[in-house]
Amino acid sequence: MAVKAIAAVPKAASAAREGHRAWVRVCHWTVAVSFLVLCFSGIYIFAVHPRLYWGEVGNSLTPALLEIPITANHRPEGWERTATFPIRDGEVFTASRTYEIFNQNGWARSLHFLAAWFLVITGLVYLITGIASGHARRNLAPRAHDFSFSRLWQDAREHLRLKLASSGGGPPYGLLQRLSYSVVVFVLLPLMVLTGMTMSPAITAAFPVLLDLFGGYQSARTIHFFCSAALFAFLLVHVAMVLMTGAGRQLRGMILGR
Amino acid sequence: MKKTPVKIQRRNFVKGLIASSAATLAGCGQTEPPTYGNILRMGDWLTYKSHRLFLPSNSLAREYELSDISPAPAIGTTNPADPDKGGQHPEYAPEYGKLLKDGFASYGLRVAGLVERPGMYSLAALKRLPSRTQITRHTCEEGWSAIAQWTGAPLRTVLEAAGIMPNARYVQFHSYDGWGDGIDMVDALHPQTILAYGMNGRDLPVPHGAPLRLRVERQVGYKNMKFLRGIVVTEDFDDHGEFGSIQNGWSWYVGI
Repeated sequence: MAVKAIAAVPKAASAAREGHRAWVRVCHWTVAVSFLVLCFSGIYIFAVHPRLYWGEVGNSLTPALLEIPITANHRPEGWERTATFPIRDGEVFTASRTYEIFNQNGWARSLHFLAAWFLVITGLVYLITGIASGHARRNLAPRAHDFSFSRLWQDAREHLRLKLASSGGGPPYGLLQRLSYSVVVFVLLPLMVLTGMTMSPAITAAFPVLLDLFGGYQSARTIHFFCSAALFAFLLVHVAMVLMTGAGRQLRGMILGR
Repeated sequence: MKKTPVKIQRRNFVKGLIASSAATLAGCGQTEPPTYGNILRMGDWLTYKSHRLFLPSNSLAREYELSDISPAPAIGTTNPADPDKGGQHPEYAPEYGKLLKDGFASYGLRVAGLVERPGMYSLAALKRLPSRTQITRHTCEEGWSAIAQWTGAPLRTVLEAAGIMPNARYVQFHSYDGWGDGIDMVDALHPQTILAYGMNGRDLPVPHGAPLRLRVERQVGYKNMKFLRGIVVTEDFDDHGEFGSIQNGWSWYVGI
């Protein structure tokens, strides 16, 4: 009994040093490349209409929640008002655009959806394998007996002071690490996919519940934007952490698995 | 022993796959949207096929209340007779100018191709057909949206009046600003796909495609062709060459 228990310890320790499993590595790099392509094409798509709204409707003739001045595409003075409709007179009208806009959506949209296919299929494989194999529960989910706000605060303070323990290039992960990976895998990426699908008129015709869930097409677009900003912030911190905790060993762990 | 027929089937399947992709590359007599060997167009094709495979063919786009109607931008061509507003076609631009002058009284929609009774359908004749009014969201690829009320004749009613032939697979649309586009029969026969002549309780305004525009509610804005001149029912896919979306770098199917 005792011998067995002692033997189990080094085995577990060597497993921890083995780095990442093959399926984790394949999923990681497929998602990484897809995510970068989605960011690149997403910026081009957003630049065509860099205004955000809430609800179902939002356009150059309605007020925006937030306007980001990254292109000159929005020019309130560049609209020629042509007709007012009897429904809510003066409020419901039409106007014609009189200027050319920056628009690369021909390729940007198709590239975005192509990368999204890779992300969605890989994401499904990852979630199913991760949950079935226990990887998600064992390595990603913050453990209930570990979790306390004082420990989280302490972990966050150590990170901010850049007091970082050298990592073995794989699990086990710290509390803050588990929490951020879980938010990315189980909250942000699923939200990106669902809000993305809510922007598809064919998908919302089949699943109108998506429009109710996010409060409309424009709300889904706004959530999509802020989740992508959060994911991009995660990417920056993630890469910085890799660089500061032994980049060579970390990269080897995610490429070769050891 | 048991494996042999499977192998033969598989070989035939591969042969068929090669033959069909060769036909696709050849670009003539094809009945499927082409990919042109372009990775982006292959992604579009995957989206199109998966929507057709996994999404129900008759699900309705959400319809809204009168109080939801919003201001509606008009973009692209806003007058096919005016070169400053997208009027570019040497023959159709003056033709549209004449129609504008007589308030579209002499307008006729040309219906041709795989129909039993090809011909011209006047605006009055189209208005006599049973109509459909729907308050729907126009979703532009640019990222904006608007809600409007559209009134028109269901495309299905028009096609059935003309008599659709059994080998029909696509409906092609031609506009007064010279563009061409098409939709498959799933979208063409969909109950919300209408040839709209009314918007928000009035005649369709010129910037929004007077006298007649397509509403295909499960695709994004640019599939809803304005200023319809004629429709052609075909068996083959038509990319409309330099006047169509694909050769201009845009996706043909935009249910997304």
